[in-house]
Amino acid sequence: MAVTTDTASDERTTATDEAQVPRKQRTSGANVWFGVIAWIVGIAFFFPVFWMVLTSFKTEADAYTTTPKIIFEPTLEQYEGVFAAGIGPYLANSVAATVISTILVLLLGVPAAFALSLRPVQKTTDVLFFFISTKMLPVVAAIVPIYVVVNQIGMLDNIWTLIILYTGMNLPIAVWMMRSFFLEVPGELLEQASIDGAPLWRTLREIVLPIISPGIFATALICVIFAWNEFFFAVNLTAANAGTVPVFLVGFITSEGLYWAQLSAAATLAALPVVLAGWVAQNKLVQGLSFGAVK
Amino acid sequence: MVLAALLASLALVAGCSGAGALGAEEGVETVTVAIVSNPQMEDAISLSPQFEAENPGIRLRFVSLSENEARAKITASVATGGGEFDIVMISNYETPQWAQNGWLTNLQPYIDATPGYDAADFIPTVRDSLSYQGSMYSVPFYGESSFLMYRKDLFQQAGIQMPAQPTWPQVAEFAARLDQGEGQRRGICLRGKPGWGEVMAPLDTVINTFGGRWFDPEWRAQLTSPEVRQAVQFYVDLVRQHGQPGASQSGFSECATQFGQGQVAMWYDATSAAGTVEDPAESTVAGQIGYAPAPVVATPASGWLYSWSLAIPETSPRKDAAWKFMSWMTNKQYIERAGQEVGWTSVPPGSRQSTYTIPQYQQVSGAYGPLILQGLQRANPQQPTVQPVPYQGVQFVRIPEFQDLGTRVSQQVSAAIAGQITVDEALEQSQNYAETVGESYQR
Repeated sequence: MAVTTDTASDERTTATDEAQVPRKQRTSGANVWFGVIAWIVGIAFFFPVFWMVLTSFKTEADAYTTTPKIIFEPTLEQYEGVFAAGIGPYLANSVAATVISTILVLLLGVPAAFALSLRPVQKTTDVLFFFISTKMLPVVAAIVPIYVVVNQIGMLDNIWTLIILYTGMNLPIAVWMMRSFFLEVPGELLEQASIDGAPLWRTLREIVLPIISPGIFATALICVIFAWNEFFFAVNLTAANAGTVPVFLVGFITSEGLYWAQLSAAATLAALPVVLAGWVAQNKLVQGLSFGAVK
Repeated sequence: MVLAALLASLALVAGCSGAGALGAEEGVETVTVAIVSNPQMEDAISLSPQFEAENPGIRLRFVSLSENEARAKITASVATGGGEFDIVMISNYETPQWAQNGWLTNLQPYIDATPGYDAADFIPTVRDSLSYQGSMYSVPFYGESSFLMYRKDLFQQAGIQMPAQPTWPQVAEFAARLDQGEGQRRGICLRGKPGWGEVMAPLDTVINTFGGRWFDPEWRAQLTSPEVRQAVQFYVDLVRQHGQPGASQSGFSECATQFGQGQVAMWYDATSAAGTVEDPAESTVAGQIGYAPAPVVATPASGWLYSWSLAIPETSPRKDAAWKFMSWMTNKQYIERAGQEVGWTSVPPGSRQSTYTIPQYQQVSGAYGPLILQGLQRANPQQPTVQPVPYQGVQFVRIPEFQDLGTRVSQQVSAAIAGQITVDEALEQSQNYAETVGESYQR
């Protein structure tokens, strides 16, 4: 009996307490928690990158100590080694493969996304499904036929092979992504334009593109990241001429020696262009990624 | 407009990086070399401008990849006639098989026509392992066996004397005595990482010397035989009881660190480890290391035999230029050159007998050099264990299926080392895999 009374009074107290806490304060309490979680997740994601950068300034012996060293004498020796190994041609190949494939993706993807959203063609859903179905087969399952075809047409170790493959690889994702952005464009605007007698390309260029430009930006950045990081096609289809940065990186892994510090230096350099691109594009990107979310 | 200009300029960049290196100059041949990115190979790349200076008609291009990537890439290229490479780095596992398939150029005519190359100077076991029907199809850049490294200072403190030819039970006893327990210095480091070239390499030598084998002469799988069970149980127990922490994920590099940082008292691995652990920049125990031949049980010797060597794919149109560079990289003068310019501890060991008569090399490698030579000379790929076998190879079975079979079995062993399954369970499963492979040879 006594217990029941206690519980009841407890509940009452809690309820009263809650009622007394101003609404604003509760929200900020929740915000603190979200903040803490965001920091934990952020640090969990960032720590490996931080460790990579830190390791790149160590000597190999320091990099391998059993109790990991945070305080050490920094050295640029590893970076010298990476430059001595000749990162230049690989960087040029990566830039060419990434930039050209991304431009091609946008040139083909924007009209495709437009046709599949604002001007739906026949069997739109089938077309969309076909696009996404090309991503369902693991690349490793397709590599043998691709290798044989590329070999037969004499395109092994040619940067244009990678450009074509990266375009094909990114196009479905880009079309799907951009389609969702196109769908956000209010239909009235288009009707207005067509009543005014504007030709299609002009509607696209002057009305639709400015509205969805953050979305296109976000799509382009995703394509850049995917193409820049792509390893499997690159390692299988290139040799001395068309190798990209990820292929250059594995050259630092050795089965008989220590290599963590130098690999970290090479990886830091390899990540730098994409980090810079992301940083420059940050505002546009956030706007683009949340484009569909705030309707 | 702007876009078109951008595209055009990028195409130019791509064109330059793509085609520019193909040798637009008159009379210059570009030789493309696929190479495994191990330290001595990197040294060879850094010395190669000297070759280009001596041979203005030949330009070299290197593709340096880690062992796993290189193996997959080179196999795909050579097997399909991809023709990206004029020289490939392969091992004594691939050479005789690929020669038989007709994928490689017979090097014997080139060797015979090159005065002063002296192929008779190659260590005989290494030379034989790279030959098919009496002709060499690849030439060794370096060779390695396996041996036991131990800390002389710790052995002395503990009053233990390393025998001239240790046995595995003795090594287990030493490991137990020198083991300080978890979180402190352990007795021994042994590989445990999955992979046919990882845990299977040392473990195969243990299986061989315990009298075990993969197949009997009728290709019946033997992985659940008492000898194999005993050997694998011994290896797993030793590394679990007195081995390094995280053993199921340890390979060469991890053990090199453990041993080099003084965290373990012994390490059984490739003879090429000596270069790493004797380098004061990478190791805190340099100069305190003793070496002993690979421990045995029922065979007189048990060290493995491995060689990274250079071959010319049959598809290469630049065979003469390719041979010129290969012979430069594998002749006696190269060893002298590497010794003088990179350092005598970094010369590629285990290819030529004459390397071991160079006074400067003897001076730096006195503690381990003769043992490497002895290990290689005594390795017996024809008869790796006590009973007869239908295959060749010490730490591998020289059949194409072994890459897959060895890796599957290694995953089982690695799981046993991690304590997820028992040794018997691991071997039952491995036996199934091996039976499938064996059946295809029984027909």
